Amino acid sequence: MTQAITVADPRLARRERLFQRINRAAGWLNVLGLGWVTPILRIAAGDNVAEQMSEIRKALLVPLAGILFFLALWAVLAPKVQTSLGAIPGPTAVLAQANVLLKDHIAERRKADAFYARQDERNAKLVAEGKSGQVKHRIFTGKPTYLDQIATSLLTVGLGFAIATLVAVPLGIASGLSKTINGAINPLIQIFKPVSPLAWLPIVTMVVSALYVNPSDLLPKSLVISAVTVTLCSLWPTLINTALGVASIDKDLVNVGKVLQLSTATTIRKLVLPSALPLIFTGLRLSLGVGWMVLIAAEMLAQNPGLGKFVWDEFQNGSSDSLARIIVAVLTIGIIGFILDRVMYALQSAFTFSSNR
Amino acid sequence: MVAGLYSGTASVAAAEMLELEKDELKLGFIKLTDMAPLAIAYEKGFFEDEGLFVTLEPQANWKVLLDRVITGELDGAHMLAGQPLAATIGFGTKAHIVTPFSMDLNGNGITVSNDVWAMMKEHIPLGDDGKPVHPIKADALKPVVDQFKAEGKPFNLGMVFPVSTHNYELRYWLASGDIHPGFYSPENVSGQIKADALLSVTPPPQMPATLEAGTIVGYCVGEPWNQAAVFKGIGVPVITDYEIWKNNPEKVFGLTKEFTEKYPNTTLALTKALIRAAEWLDENNNANRAEAVEILSRSEYVGADAEVIANSMTGTFEYEKGDKRDVPDFNVFFRHYATYPYYSDAIWYLTQMRRWGQIAEHKDDAWYAETAKSVYLPDVYMKAAEMLVEEGNADKADFPFGTDGYKAPTSDFIDGITFDAKAPNAYIDSLKIGLKSGQTVSGSEVVGG
Repeated sequence: MTQAITVADPRLARRERLFQRINRAAGWLNVLGLGWVTPILRIAAGDNVAEQMSEIRKALLVPLAGILFFLALWAVLAPKVQTSLGAIPGPTAVLAQANVLLKDHIAERRKADAFYARQDERNAKLVAEGKSGQVKHRIFTGKPTYLDQIATSLLTVGLGFAIATLVAVPLGIASGLSKTINGAINPLIQIFKPVSPLAWLPIVTMVVSALYVNPSDLLPKSLVISAVTVTLCSLWPTLINTALGVASIDKDLVNVGKVLQLSTATTIRKLVLPSALPLIFTGLRLSLGVGWMVLIAAEMLAQNPGLGKFVWDEFQNGSSDSLARIIVAVLTIGIIGFILDRVMYALQSAFTFSSNR
Repeated sequence: MVAGLYSGTASVAAAEMLELEKDELKLGFIKLTDMAPLAIAYEKGFFEDEGLFVTLEPQANWKVLLDRVITGELDGAHMLAGQPLAATIGFGTKAHIVTPFSMDLNGNGITVSNDVWAMMKEHIPLGDDGKPVHPIKADALKPVVDQFKAEGKPFNLGMVFPVSTHNYELRYWLASGDIHPGFYSPENVSGQIKADALLSVTPPPQMPATLEAGTIVGYCVGEPWNQAAVFKGIGVPVITDYEIWKNNPEKVFGLTKEFTEKYPNTTLALTKALIRAAEWLDENNNANRAEAVEILSRSEYVGADAEVIANSMTGTFEYEKGDKRDVPDFNVFFRHYATYPYYSDAIWYLTQMRRWGQIAEHKDDAWYAETAKSVYLPDVYMKAAEMLVEEGNADKADFPFGTDGYKAPTSDFIDGITFDAKAPNAYIDSLKIGLKSGQTVSGSEVVGG
């Protein structure tokens, strides 16, 4: 009896280790929104099927049912709403337009290839004629395809978010550490936080146009304008949460730092940042969400390239496919927003775990 | 279905390529069918034949477009004929804008809401076929405007820009029916002083939606937005600008004066490519229009449904639902020397600016001629045309060689008044409603004269 416990069956031990691994992975899968994978893994590893099935029901079947119910409702109700652009498109029409957008992308790439082929031909001819001085390499000037617009939007929000983080974190730490600084910038935060991106946009446009005189090809003026608008709106959650995180450090830790006579830099590095990280990441996650939402509006209004412009252009086109394309864009925006949020949540969890260890 | 395969019209006989000072250009446009020359020059490789690498970019509205040309974000753009003139004389943003190429003739219409149409219809005589007699004069609208006034309701109409051809056409039509469209003054640029009908700006693509929302009861706009109202069943086009002024100049291709001085060969090359595109659009009696419609209906250009665009591009125009009539010259891109930048066209727009007070002070006849000469560049156009003829890409007969830049006086207007571009002040004085020689608008009154 006792032997059975001490000398474990190696197979059992392996299984035990496998389950431990699954349990560890479960935490991460949950964070990434893949919680329904865990019970499937457990069944594969030989766990009680009935027990895990209820888990699967909870984590996978119920959400799927919700989505299917929504799709059915949409398919039934959409044709009942007649707009001047025709009926609201149902799921099938939207899927068809998503396909068309993909085909457009491929066709545009083909056009680009043809352009480069022609260019090479011209250049080869010039070289043959001994006019290699006239050889030109030019970039293809086609329309941005749907996938290009998605890439532009992601780049813009990334840039705006990066600027916001670089400004908000140091400022937040400063105002968390010092009551004076906090008192000085608090009213400003309170005033600027509720301002809509659309109000900032004209001002940002003018300022960026005045200061950013020689735009590089990689960062066109319009992209910088959208990015700065995103910055101005996504700054605040990070700033407030960082300040809060820094201000609520354990007093004992601060006192230890004082006793050891740590320099300010070391205090921030060794004490402040580690204990404030969870809240900083909470702030960053909120900021990215706000930034993504603001970006679409900014692109729409400023006609800067990206998904927002795509939506506006389609609205202006007013063709019978426009509504379906706009819905494709809405779903894309939603899915990308969800993925961005999950990525931030995963980072936040990673740091929270480490700080609680 | 490989969209827009390069048709390879490369003229093997191409003379020496121009030495281009700048070969990567960004050109702006508004989503209207008359941007066609730009789309065609791109899709058919005419830009590339000239060694130009062009990016075409739709703009939100006319103001944004003009501002971006002025700041240099755009190298050139599809503009309203009034825009380069207004910018140069300083009405609105001041900047010296020039044009070497006129983009098209006609192409606009005036549309009213279903309710206004029902009220108008009582005052429109019917022909033997039971259909309204065309052209419909604004006289039929007068009682409707009076009724609105009596009920204390504003009669709001939309047009696309204060210096747009649409604004002047709508005003001309209203005034010819004794409806005052309002004056501008230096202090009050709303253009609604003394107005019976209140005109305001709405971007072209939003016209149908604004009409549907009831914010306006009618509008004057280019295609496809008149036909769109018929398709959607929200309004009725009552008249085309072809009937207001036969073969009137509509859009131009605008650049800054600075650009043309800095990059003369690039300007020439652009003009050449655009002339070839215009020619392609009209050749063999509009044989290519169907293909042009397919290109324009793509989302990167106009993006409206092909059948809506086709309606006007292929020579028919639908007024009331089912009342389709032939208007073969509704969209002219090349015939009748459409692309040549005539001084007389510029002067007509200047007279209308003066008539409605956008030009506040009296100007003498010489000023009109000088202003037209500083904005319109027929010399560049003719040089481009000569080169095309030499290369065998155009026919000499298609260009008005030897013209002095003035069209003969014409009375092809809805009210039959003669316009002679060489006597602009006499013309202004011959119009019934509007400022006359020496008159100015002060406060809400007309003084002097």
